[in-house]
Amino acid sequence: MMRVDITVNGRARADDVEARLLLVHYLRDVCGLRATNVGCDTTSCGSCTVLLDGASVKSCTVLAAQASGHEVTTLEGLNRSDGLHPVQEAFRQEHGLQCGFCTPGMVMAAVGLLADNPDPSEDEVREGLEGNFCRCTGYHNIVRAVRAAASGGRA
Amino acid sequence: MSTRWFGQPIPRVEDERLLRGAGAYLDDLGHDALAAAFVRSPHAHARITDVDVSAALDVEGLVAIYTYDDLPDRLAEPLPLLIPHPTLTHGRTPYALARDKVHHVGAPVAMVVAEDRYLAEDAAERIAVRYEPLPAVVGIAAARAAAHLVHEDVPGNLAARMTQSTGDVDAALAAAPHVLSLDLAIERSASTPLEGRGVLARWDAEARRMRIWSSTQTSTGVRAAVAAKLDLPLVDVDVITPDVGGGFGVKIMHPWPEEVLVPWAARLLARPVKFVEDRREHFVASAHERGQLHSVRVGFDDDGRLLGLDVRFWHDHGAFIPYGLIVPIITSTQLLGPYKPGAYRVTFDSLYTNTVIVTPYRGAGRPQGVFVMERVMDAIARELGLDRTTVRERNFIEPHEMPYDHGLVFQDGRPLIYDSGDFPASLAKLKQLVGWDDFEQARETARAEGRRIGIGLACYVEGTGVGPYEGGHVVIETSGKVKVATGLTSQGQGHQTVFAQIVADELGVPLDDVEVVTGDTRRFGYAVGTFASRAAVMSGSAIALAARAAKEKALRVAGDALEANPDDLEIVDGVVRVVGAPGAEISLGTVAVLSNPLRYAFDTAAQAATQFASGDPAKPPVPEDDEPGLEGRDYFSPMQSTFANGMHAVVVETDPDTAEVKILRYCVVHDCGTLINPRIVEGQIHGGVAQGVAGALYERMAYDDAGQLQNASFMDFLMPYASEVPSSVEIDHLETPSPMNPLGIKGAGEAGVIPGAAAIASAIEDAEGIVLTSMPISPSELWELRRSKETG
Ligand code: FES
Ligand code: FES
Repeated sequence: MMRVDITVNGRARADDVEARLLLVHYLRDVCGLRATNVGCDTTSCGSCTVLLDGASVKSCTVLAAQASGHEVTTLEGLNRSDGLHPVQEAFRQEHGLQCGFCTPGMVMAAVGLLADNPDPSEDEVREGLEGNFCRCTGYHNIVRAVRAAASGGRA
Repeated sequence: MSTRWFGQPIPRVEDERLLRGAGAYLDDLGHDALAAAFVRSPHAHARITDVDVSAALDVEGLVAIYTYDDLPDRLAEPLPLLIPHPTLTHGRTPYALARDKVHHVGAPVAMVVAEDRYLAEDAAERIAVRYEPLPAVVGIAAARAAAHLVHEDVPGNLAARMTQSTGDVDAALAAAPHVLSLDLAIERSASTPLEGRGVLARWDAEARRMRIWSSTQTSTGVRAAVAAKLDLPLVDVDVITPDVGGGFGVKIMHPWPEEVLVPWAARLLARPVKFVEDRREHFVASAHERGQLHSVRVGFDDDGRLLGLDVRFWHDHGAFIPYGLIVPIITSTQLLGPYKPGAYRVTFDSLYTNTVIVTPYRGAGRPQGVFVMERVMDAIARELGLDRTTVRERNFIEPHEMPYDHGLVFQDGRPLIYDSGDFPASLAKLKQLVGWDDFEQARETARAEGRRIGIGLACYVEGTGVGPYEGGHVVIETSGKVKVATGLTSQGQGHQTVFAQIVADELGVPLDDVEVVTGDTRRFGYAVGTFASRAAVMSGSAIALAARAAKEKALRVAGDALEANPDDLEIVDGVVRVVGAPGAEISLGTVAVLSNPLRYAFDTAAQAATQFASGDPAKPPVPEDDEPGLEGRDYFSPMQSTFANGMHAVVVETDPDTAEVKILRYCVVHDCGTLINPRIVEGQIHGGVAQGVAGALYERMAYDDAGQLQNASFMDFLMPYASEVPSSVEIDHLETPSPMNPLGIKGAGEAGVIPGAAAIASAIEDAEGIVLTSMPISPSELWELRRSKETG
């Protein structure tokens, strides 16, 4: 067991965890934040994407111990009481989700992408989301949603 | 007037919850549950000589280890053969845990239960299984050669041979002015939902009841299977489908070994137990589809009209055949597409191999059939020097020939009769959409720039909404809220939204007042499942009928209260009112109170109801033939499937050096009858097209000769990212309502994937001038084809 100090969605926490515990399992099982999903075992699918100090990372490929001393934001961290975050809202408006399993990771990847590039072209969105699988939507409406969120932010 | 919701492209009611991360998928449930992990076979075919668990026993947190010898009674028998068929003479199904042999890599050998999944895997790793490897049968050629057998008692590795025919094919071919032979192949692929399989079980020892959550496409099927295997009364088993992270066919298979073992362990241990499949397990221990080889002879006249079609094919169904012959039967019938084949004969062999089982994957046998038929069409066009669309037009079933009886038996055991469709109109729309007639100009322009482009098309007909039935239940509560349930399950299709649209219109209530539950046997016990693009057709129709029944009762009860003829009443925004008499009205919630003559008043709705007369004192409070409550329940069971259809055209560019294929345009004309929610239908097409493109250019199951799946991970199985799908899908709908159901709808879920490989093959062939006989095709394969063409 080892001690980790992680700020999760703005709240500082201290927990004793096993050294081998993955960040995604820390978030799901220790913090009870179960929006973040696991879709693979090879760092390929992006279902587990969260922000680590503001940059999107695959939380299945980070140990909880490595996140100690850092800030983590999960999909739950975007939630507001007065409606949806602009990226969440754009996914809803553009039908950017079907089963929703990829969605938490996809939304966090999009948030990370827009933080780096507030006005991406279609190709930049597609490249930026490379690393996140969606098996349902064929990506069209996801790309549309990210671009809509970008222009919404600009307006 | 209230809005009409049917046909509106409204955003989905599911989404806010899912976007906030409040979805509850299987692994989000059961935090208190023990975790199961499985020891799986590393060999494709082997005898198990010893299982030694001793090294695992001191793993901290270990609760139990089970092998075949631990299984009692019916659990020790092979799992069921779900869909028998008279031609399936040698059906074999697996044991829940391997008995003395393993038949594919990934077969479950032992189940470990521990305090958490990390610990369960620690223990599983320490279990030593000794195997004596046996020769593996991999691929159709090896299965046919039958130098080795997958099952000792199945000669020739042959589970079934089935023939269907209409007319005299031999005579038709003998008399035909032109005859061509084609050998064609489609490789294995798989549904690959982003969430794998999973099951959670809780045994209530006091009530002696089992509650199961499964990431399944059929909760009623799982319920019946578990009840039978664990010897429980059906009424004491609940199966609940939580949010499901995609299915695409693979989750219709049931019961999986894990689906019976986990509840069994939960009862034995008196603790909840959960199994969540990991990605590697999904590749080697769930199900695949598609692998077929076809050998075709076709006879046609000078105009390219089909005179006779003789199809012989071989279907690789893997190590066992629990789901029966559904896939090859669909291939053998839906191969015909929108065409009249002349005389037709199809024979298939369904063959065992030492690979993962085959069950339907979106499209379910149709992509193979369409590939074959469309290759035939292109071959005829080439042979006669005709435009590819001309050959297709000449062979279409014409609208005036509907309903069209092919004289064959479809997968549901019913005659293959197309109910509707206007194929010439669809093709005209497609040609217009893609600019078919102007393509030569585009080709010349590209050529001048040193680029190679090509255009292709493919047409299909899809039997959707197969029976036997689905049901719907609509309850209007005293709050005025409407609770709807249907038994089939959802995996992201947006059923809650479209069913709510149907009910809001039928009842005349606000959409927000309607809440829909699917796949929960506590709410609706009779159902078949979600497959064959049947949910909208079957449950949509059943729910509409149930809503009509609830409405009829609402009008009757309201008529009594308002002293009006029910025929003079209408429901608008949840209020029943007398047409043309302002003020004479009663809310549906109040009607619900009146419909249930209780002695007790619980709430304001009940108090409000007291102003209305409380029934005729000359009759009992609940009249004969009536029942308390404001509910409707009904079932929909059509005589046969509806037949949706569509046509895709694709423009590709092939790289002259690298042989990479880029999709420049992808156009879809689609007829799924009337549209409940066009946005959802388009989303289904987008997703299907992406899977079609993936199946044509990227995805395949790469088994080696020893039966090892060499690409059993998302690193090696090339599922497309956003950067690999066509950047736009241009869609045009044709709506020919189906006469087979009250809403005129046909299914839409699978269509997008069906003609992908066929259309893309046609386009690559057109760009390259090379004949393609097998899909998928990789750049290196295309490059090899170029080279062999050059070297002649
Ligand atoms: S779970 Fe697939 S990348 Fe993390
Ligand atoms: S919405 Fe299902 S995987 Fe993306």
